[in-house]
This record gives sequence, C-alpha cells and structure tokens, in this order.
Amino acid sequence: MLDIELERYELFEQPFYQFGTDRRDFLKLLGGGLVLLLAVDGSARAQESGRAPAMRGDARPPELAAWLHIAEDGAVTVYTGKTEVGQNIRTSLAQAVAEELRSPIETVRLVMADTGLTPYDMGTFGSRTTPTMAPQMKKVGAAAREALIDLAAEKWKVDRASVSLSDGRVKNAATGASLGFGDLTRGLELIKTVDAATVTPPKDWTLEGTSAPKVNARSLVTGAHRFTSDLDRPGMLHGRVLRPPAFGAKLVWVDSKVPEPPEIPDTMIIRDGDFVGAVAPDEISLGKAIRSLQARWTAKEQQPSNADLFAVLKRGDAPPSNPEIEQALQSADHKLDAAYTVAYIAHVPLEPRAAVAEWNADKLTVWTGTQRPFGVRSELAEAFNIPEASIRVIVPDTGSAYGGKHTGEAAMEAARLAKAANKPVKLIWSREEEFTWAYFRPAGVIDIRSGITRDGLITAWEFHNYNSGPSAIETPYDVARHSAQFHPSDSPLRQGSYRGLAATANHFARESHMDDLAALAALDPLEFRLKNLKNDRLRAVLQAAAEKFGWGKSKNEPNRGSGLACGVEKGGYVATCAEIAIVPSDFVGPEVAPAPPQVKIERVVTAFECGAVVNPEHLKNQIEGSVMMAIGGALFESVEFANGRILNPRLSKYRVPRFSDLPVIETVLVDRKDLPSAGAGETPIVGLAPAVGNAIFQATGMRLRSLPMAPRGFVKRS
Amino acid sequence: MELVLNQKHYRIVLDPNRMLLWVLRDEFSLTGAKYGCGEGQCGACTVLIDGAPVRSCITRVSSVAGKQITTIEGLEQNGRLHPVQQAFLDADALQCGYCTPGMILASVGLLQKTSQPGEPEIRRALQGNVCRCGTYPRIIAAVQLAAQQMAAGAPHA
Repeated sequence: MLDIELERYELFEQPFYQFGTDRRDFLKLLGGGLVLLLAVDGSARAQESGRAPAMRGDARPPELAAWLHIAEDGAVTVYTGKTEVGQNIRTSLAQAVAEELRSPIETVRLVMADTGLTPYDMGTFGSRTTPTMAPQMKKVGAAAREALIDLAAEKWKVDRASVSLSDGRVKNAATGASLGFGDLTRGLELIKTVDAATVTPPKDWTLEGTSAPKVNARSLVTGAHRFTSDLDRPGMLHGRVLRPPAFGAKLVWVDSKVPEPPEIPDTMIIRDGDFVGAVAPDEISLGKAIRSLQARWTAKEQQPSNADLFAVLKRGDAPPSNPEIEQALQSADHKLDAAYTVAYIAHVPLEPRAAVAEWNADKLTVWTGTQRPFGVRSELAEAFNIPEASIRVIVPDTGSAYGGKHTGEAAMEAARLAKAANKPVKLIWSREEEFTWAYFRPAGVIDIRSGITRDGLITAWEFHNYNSGPSAIETPYDVARHSAQFHPSDSPLRQGSYRGLAATANHFARESHMDDLAALAALDPLEFRLKNLKNDRLRAVLQAAAEKFGWGKSKNEPNRGSGLACGVEKGGYVATCAEIAIVPSDFVGPEVAPAPPQVKIERVVTAFECGAVVNPEHLKNQIEGSVMMAIGGALFESVEFANGRILNPRLSKYRVPRFSDLPVIETVLVDRKDLPSAGAGETPIVGLAPAVGNAIFQATGMRLRSLPMAPRGFVKRS
Repeated sequence: MELVLNQKHYRIVLDPNRMLLWVLRDEFSLTGAKYGCGEGQCGACTVLIDGAPVRSCITRVSSVAGKQITTIEGLEQNGRLHPVQQAFLDADALQCGYCTPGMILASVGLLQKTSQPGEPEIRRALQGNVCRCGTYPRIIAAVQLAAQQMAAGAPHA
C-alpha cells in the first residue's frame, strides 16, 4: 500500500524543470541582483522525502533546497516551500537567515509555499522545518554574506578579511567605510551556486536564540492579512458542493429546480459523475441553488459505529507471542496486562478548508490553505489531466492545520467549479463539512503486557498498537526484554496526520501503565521512572518538571491529585506534571439528574528540551498551545459516528477547549546550545493526557484507560 | 438599507435576510470578521454593535441597520493601533491569527463595559471565543495589559 503511494507520487512529481534547466530563468523571475542557489544535499533529501535518493533517477537536474535573492535595491528575499500555519516559522526562518547576514530580522522577507516561486518541498509536517529547513536557510544566508563580502572587497580593492557585515550593511573595519546591500547588487546579474557555507553555531547566535516578535503579527491584529477564505478575484463566484448523506453513498440521480435560464445571473449547477456543485454570485443565492437540488443516493450497507469501533480495529488474529518476553513475564514478580483505547478526534482548524481557483486557458492557479502545496499540485494535475507545470498552488499564511490539512479537497472542488463556470471560484468548507469530509486523528487500541522485579525494575514489556500509529511506539525506558508492534486496521473513518501523530496515544498508554507498575512496586512514580531510565536528556526534563512543580510536596487532599509523564519524540524531550481536582459540575438544574462531577485541570508544568532554542517566547507559546489542545483529547474530544454519518459535526456538539478549561500553565525550557535544534510544535502535546490520567488515579484510585477520559464528566466505575 | 460601518454611512440594497458576516466580507471587503462555525459558537465572526460584541454569522443584516457597526478594520485610528491590538502584539497572544480579530473585538467590548476586569471576568467574557492554537493564557495577559495601558491614558480609551 505504502509503496504504491510513493510510486504514484513519483510519477507526478516534476520539480523545477523550469528553473533547474536554465538558471537565467531565475533572473527573469526574480529580477536582477544577486541570486544564491542551494542544492539539496543527499541526506537532507532522503530524510525529507522518506525514500532513497537512488529512486529519483540521475538524469534530472540537481534539485534545489532554497534560494535567496538580493535585489538591486538591496531587498533580501528568501524562498521556501514551507507553509506558515501558526507555528511561527515565518519568524524563525527569517531569524535564521538574518543571523547569517548579521542583519536585523526586518532585512529578510520570506516567500513561502508558492509552487510558482519557491523550491519543491514535500510538505510542512513532522516537525521538520527547524531541523532540516532552517539549516538550509542558514547555509544560503551564509553564502550570501560571503558573496557580499567578495563584492565589497573587490569594489574597495581590499583584502576580504577586513570586510564584514553588521546591522544590515557591509563594512570595512580599517577605513570605516560602509555600503548597503543594494550598493553592491545594483546592475548585477549574478547567480551563484552554494557548495559549502560556514553557518553560525548556536553559541555565537545573536538573533537566533532571542524572542524576536512574530514578523507578520501586525497584519493579523488589524485584520489586514488575507487568509485563503478572504481572497477576492475579479468576477469571482462562490461555490459549494452537494454532499452525500453518508460515507460511501453513490449518486443515483439529481434534479435541479433552478429555473432555466437561471433567475439569478451566474448561478449554475455543475455535475461530473458523482460530483455535484453549484456556483453563485453570493452566499445566499448559493444556498438557494444547493437547496434546490433533489438527489437520490444509494446507501452503503451497515457501517460501524462508536459502539463496535474497538472490536473492528482489533479484528484479526492475535499477534504471535515472543518467547523471550513470555519467559521474562513468567519469571517477573509482578505482572500487569492492560488495554487502552483512543477515540477519533478532529483537528478543528479554526479556518476550515478553503480555496480560490482561477483558470486562464489551460493554466490553473489555486490559492488554498494546505500543508502540502506541491502535493496538492500533484492531486490537481492528476484530477484534471494537465501537466504540473500548468498549475500554480499558492498558500497564504493559513488559519491553522495541526496535521489536518495535508490534502487538497477544497482546491480540487473549487477548480472543478471554476472550470465549468469559466470564472474564478471561491469555496469555503462549512464547519460541518470540515467535521465530516476532512480526516481524523486515528482511533486505536493499545495492549500492554509487562513484568517487574520486586524492587521495581522492568524486566518484560510487550506493546501492541492497533491502528492508531507507530510514532513513539518504542519505550524510552531500559527494559531487558521488550517489543513493540504496530498493526494497521481498516479504519471505518477517513484518518490521517494529527499534531504528534500516534505519539499521544502511545505515551498515554505507556505512561499510564508505568504509573500502575510504580504502584505495584510501591514506588513513587517519579522514583520508579528514574530507576528504569538511562536516557540523560529525558531524565533532565523529568527532573526539571518535577522540581518546578514541587513533585511530592503537595498534601494529600480528597479529590485532588498530581500526576506526571514523560517522553521523547522527533528529537524533543518532554515531561509534564499536572494537578487536578474532581469538582462538582457547574450546572445542576432543578429538574434534571445532577450532572457528574468534572475533572478540573488546575496546574500544568511542562519541561521541554529540543536542542538549542531558536525563539524562547515562541517556543513557550507552542508548548502552552500544545497543552491547551491536549486537554481536549485527554478529557472530552471524541468524534461520534454511526453508519457512515458523523453525529456531532458542529462546535455546539463537539467540545473543544475554551477559556474555562485553562489551567495555570508553566513551562521550563531546557536550552542545549551544544545540540542542534529540533522541531517543537508537536512533541509538547504528548505528556498531558497521561499526566492527567495519573493525577486522576492519585485523586480517586480510578485508572482511566480510554481517551477521552471524562467526556461527560468524571463517572465512578467499579 | 442604511449601514453605519466603522463610522461611515452607506445606503445599500440588500436581501434583509443575509447574515451580517457575509455582507461585511463580500459586499464591503471587510474580511477581518471570519467564518468559523456559522452557529455563534466560536466567536471568529465577532463585531461590535453599538459597542457590544455580537456574532455576525447569526445576525441578520436587517437587525443592525442604522446601528454603529465596528469591525477590526475600524479599530486602528490614524495608523495607530487600538491599545488592545497593541497588547495582543506585546503579549504574543496569537499563533495562526484566525481567531484574533474576534478575540480583540470581544476584549474591546469587555473593556468598554468594565475598565479593569479581573481574570474570572475576562474568562467569562471570552468563553464564547475559541482559539484552537490555545493561546488563552496570553490573551488574558493581553487584555490585562490593555486595561493598564488604557487606564494610563493610552489613546482610544
């Protein structure tokens, strides 16, 4: 399955033909001045694409990872295929380049995620921007710095050793002379390929490592920024698609009551196979047009629902047991066998999927909020049977994604409608469409069998994850006999990437289990973990979080508890401590049965280490946001479904964390200037659910093994 | 129909049943008010009507004819940000920024009613506004900062 996907991808991917074959095109595209091109190095490419470079064929022109342009007026623009979705990489990447240019951050402008202008990129996911894109940006920035020094040394006829950059200018230390970048690039038409460049190490950073403010924040607080859904094009119509009543339904027939000729000009119904949509000049006529449609659909046979979900996911033979682990389990002093489940949850990006599509003869331009602009270009090329070179996908900075916008549904739909209407079409998914026709974080079942010695050393560990995913499936603890396996299932619902992927589910199961083992060994949960943990970086965050939290110092009070959890994923090390209280429900009406008590998360301390910190304030912001988002999945978020329909596809029915759910959130940043920077937008999410579950256990003696843990409040089970 | 938008008067022929959100966005290009849910649950579409926050996605345009409508585009005066806008910048109270206009307008509405709200009041006033990126603690800090700035006589108070 996976191989087929990759091959299909290969077939349609045609990066840079227009650029790589004739570099003078860059000057046509960008204008005169100085252009620096950075080739992808083999290791970075393999890492980024998840496949071997050998598959790519040697005849292709070298692929480019990044390019930087210094215009004749000195303006510095750097190009990357990455997407800004709120994780603040527009700022952190500008910091990286400005650091190398010894310039203020305002000197550097980023052009991002535009298949017509930026280098090919697989997509913005997996926390890869900081570890792989930032170093490339730094290389091209460092090369630009050296090129400017060369130009100045030549102009001044001095030794280049006496020339340096600072404050956005090129300076001669001996004479005190200085030049702006534009003084050196005016009249130039120079393209340089970067081979090697010496980048500034973290210990010498002056701009990276500081809390540079978000570069485009002003346009967001004034409403000036145009998200995809805010764009307007001349003659643009609004579009919408007629959705089937359930997953898997097929269209039998459709009839429109829109009078012919349409009573409202420009209103049109478009049918193509199972696809039915409408365009209209405004949202109200569009609604009328869609409601005028009468359609009959075939129903698919009975489909699963929440009630039988976990049985469906675990269908099939039990995995064979591992003899070594069986033996270790047999000889363990204490054994524990437990099953955990996680529900499907929705990303709920506040900006739903949206696209604006515009055809110009056989050329297509689409603006859309996606994490994979080049992937969406491939999807469009395939769907419309046109070359990728005829398609341009542009991603305005987007109203969040969290792994939920890898696909191009809205782009495809807008393009199909625009083609029929022969006018630009904007299509914005409703919240209900986003809740129904996007994809979900996978549900899953996790089984763990383990054994420990009398004094609390883990000797056996067997971990099976059904469907939810393999991320962070391996235990970071030191266990003599261990195995971890992922078993894919046929998911009843469309599922995909989500912030942290399955690391949240796997940490929830593992760290809940660890707490139960600590109880069996009669050890404090912190002590038990440290006893079984050699990894220094993980120990460091665990101890930092415990210290800040005051672990072990809280008094025993009824219905209050503390819990901790730790883990590692994507090069980030996280430990989370949580304090919870079981509180009476706010609302007790006179005529209704009293609502169950609620789990109130009162305080959360997160210690995080991801190598050298690039932007402390933005890192804290990401950690706080991860904690806040994690609260939903931990306590109450769950997609309810039955027989091919989503039962809670609205914000009034699907609860997301709000101000009332906000605990006191404290963060400890462990800054390791001696280590390369890892991504940080995902991993801080993984510790919250198990820390809260462990705190509930301490408060009540109840072990909750299903996410969400308290969808309708805290229900005591025997 | 007469609409008073950011202190400017307009006469326009409109289907009175249209929701204010789409009139602002599609007829006046005031796209700061965002669609988030269409049922008044997320607050991304918040605008001020006679100074009070309302959900424009469920407000018929006919019901606000002649009233003072303030959108995010109307807060900045002479190139100078409203203290609440400035405080959101200073507190780094945003990530993707999609909820930000609604959050700012709901906060402005709160501060017009209560000049020095405590944290519980801020939470209550903003309970209907969702920030999926989870910048809630920073938004509270921003509202408190703005309240201080406005008490100290920052413009727009």
